Amino acid sequence: MQENNIIKAYGDTLNDGKVQLSFTLPIAASAQGIEAAKSFLREMGFEAPQVVFYKELTPGYTFFNCYGSSSIGVDISKIAINGVETPKMDMEQTDSYIREYIGRPLVVVGASTGSDAHTVGIDAIMNMKGFAGHYGLERYEMFEVYNLGSQIENEELIARSLEHGADIILVSQTVTQKDIHIKNLLNLVELLEAEGIRDRVILICGGARITDDIAKELGYDAGFGMNSFASDVASYAAQEFVRRERID
Amino acid sequence: MMKSKIGLDFERVEYARSLAFSIASEVQMFVEEYTTLSIERTLCRLVGVDGVDKRGVPLPNVVVEHIANSSLLQHGALFFLGNAMVATQLKPMEIAKRIAEGELDITKLTIASKGEIDRALEGEIQKSVKIIKKRRERRASLIESLGEGSRPYLYVIVATGNIYEDVIQAEAAANQGADIVAVIRTTGQSLLDYVPYGATTEGFGGTYATQENFKIMREALDRCGEKLGRYIRLCNYCSGLCMPEIAIMGAFEGLDLMLNDALYGVLFRDINMQRTLIDQYFSRVINGFAGIIINTGEDNYLTTADAVEEAHTVLASNFVNEQLALFAGLSQEQIGLGHAFEIDPNIENGFLLELAQAQMIRDIFPKSPIKYMPPTKYMTGNIFKGHLQDALFNISGIVTNQGIQLLGMPTEAIHTPFMSDRYLSIENAKYIFNNMRDLGSEIEFKEGGVIRERAKEVLESAIALLEKIEKETLFGALERGFFGNIKRSRMGGKGLDGVVERGSNYLNPFLEIMKKD
Repeated sequence: MQENNIIKAYGDTLNDGKVQLSFTLPIAASAQGIEAAKSFLREMGFEAPQVVFYKELTPGYTFFNCYGSSSIGVDISKIAINGVETPKMDMEQTDSYIREYIGRPLVVVGASTGSDAHTVGIDAIMNMKGFAGHYGLERYEMFEVYNLGSQIENEELIARSLEHGADIILVSQTVTQKDIHIKNLLNLVELLEAEGIRDRVILICGGARITDDIAKELGYDAGFGMNSFASDVASYAAQEFVRRERID
Repeated sequence: MMKSKIGLDFERVEYARSLAFSIASEVQMFVEEYTTLSIERTLCRLVGVDGVDKRGVPLPNVVVEHIANSSLLQHGALFFLGNAMVATQLKPMEIAKRIAEGELDITKLTIASKGEIDRALEGEIQKSVKIIKKRRERRASLIESLGEGSRPYLYVIVATGNIYEDVIQAEAAANQGADIVAVIRTTGQSLLDYVPYGATTEGFGGTYATQENFKIMREALDRCGEKLGRYIRLCNYCSGLCMPEIAIMGAFEGLDLMLNDALYGVLFRDINMQRTLIDQYFSRVINGFAGIIINTGEDNYLTTADAVEEAHTVLASNFVNEQLALFAGLSQEQIGLGHAFEIDPNIENGFLLELAQAQMIRDIFPKSPIKYMPPTKYMTGNIFKGHLQDALFNISGIVTNQGIQLLGMPTEAIHTPFMSDRYLSIENAKYIFNNMRDLGSEIEFKEGGVIRERAKEVLESAIALLEKIEKETLFGALERGFFGNIKRSRMGGKGLDGVVERGSNYLNPFLEIMKKD
């Protein structure tokens, strides 16, 4: 049993703290290199570090597969859960929920913005076909969907959202190198605020490196990361829309 | 005629080719009447104009915009540059500098005779032709003396954003056994209507394609090749708004492969279809002359459309891409058509379907070094399963004897590859290729079985689609979303304002010189 709500990494015995890691160090595959890998693990708080495999990838760079035991425990009673918490509904449930509580289709405008040329994220959520067996928003009867595609400037996204009377704006960001997505996402919020329309829309971002925490921090209503599907976005958006109507 | 391993009726294949020929002919007739900003900038580079002005604008852009601003682009850059050479007795590079300084307006000079203009340009033209020929001969002699990896070639990408860091990654990949290194371009470069200048160290998700970056990587791979006793090929991306310019830079710097699809920019970057089809022609003429293998991008259709339902769109596009490439003077051996293993891993017998499609494309395009793309759409972040998905892909690659195996990375969908990801992928491929080297030649596919029937079904669907495209024309097919479920309009997208019909004085002698060779 866990003591005091503290949990540790699990290998094959409770509280053994076993962790498996792989990394590359800029050092030759030598006795010194292996020792460096172990020191690296100890510095990270691992006891009994083991280098089980190493391979020099190119002169001066060595790849290590390692195990270690971490004595670090996490107190789960102190963990606040953010993340989108509305109940999940499937496509039929969401459609009938919108029909019943809203009575008209919700308008969604989505794009992969800035220089990001990847449509894979926005397509997975918006296109008819969807992804991994989850139909996209186009398949829903109660969403009116405008997928603008990739490399859409924030200004254009806003213009098209106004034109279509968007209830929901979806932004996808796939390329995240050097945090380019953060600048881009922040810029959209600033522009929406400058136009005075930030509060008129449910603003959602998504992408493999996006979390709900990051999204909220940037001024979005919600964020969807890996393993999110259209149904997650749809059921959240519908319920959030109704929640706001009730407050208003 | 050789027999189809997968039991295809070659008469049907030839019928598909004839449809594609007719589709491509119509495009070709259109293309030959037009030029674009990027084609004219390419011609500037071909007569020695390079470098940037004080504001950092590339001189080829300065010259071409100078002409376009006087609404005279239809006569082409070479007409005005040649004429200015007659009038000023200066070299094109010097003329470009004076235009940049505002000291010279080449659209207002007295017009010399065609003979004088041709003679003035002749020396510069021959100089460029010689550089490219020497590059081609150099590649051939290095492959002869050093040797090369066996097929399928192991193709990996580097994408750090910094060309010097890319060099370290590329050297590591070569040491581990890579045969081809592709330097991914920074996101957004395809939409720039100019090519950045010089060595670059800042890119997002990739590194700027510049002539200097090409040179730096070429030299690094040559050093590796010497050391390893194996020629290492270099690949970049000849797509977007600067297709022919990138092609000429690659030709000058000895690149070996170029992504160079006729439709990719239209579908996936929303570049205007007229612009792209005109640009792809000259870019392919250059690639053909430079001995570069082009890779087409049909595999990408399956990232937006379903790999089982839409497999025939890939094949139909392969047929069209092949015919367009043949019009540009490429040999079959230089046409690396695209194919991908993007079938949902949860489909029962999915591997059988893939084996059918992979063998089918080999049977239909036996001389083409098919660029075989790994799973990307169904990679999940579970790196362990991803490694297995890539293993299945590698098995399919060796069994069906593909030309270029673009190695999948276990960390696909997470980040651009770590040095160690590339190592794991190369190890995966080498292990499987070595253990199964001759498995393909031991296998015969059962008459009436799943695999033969699937291949037949895809071919027949592709033929039906080609018949539809032939009626609609390629432009119409793009407008109606036949490829990748993506619809594009003839007048929409980026770059249409850079297209003009050729005028009475227009000249591009390189088309003839390069295609004749």
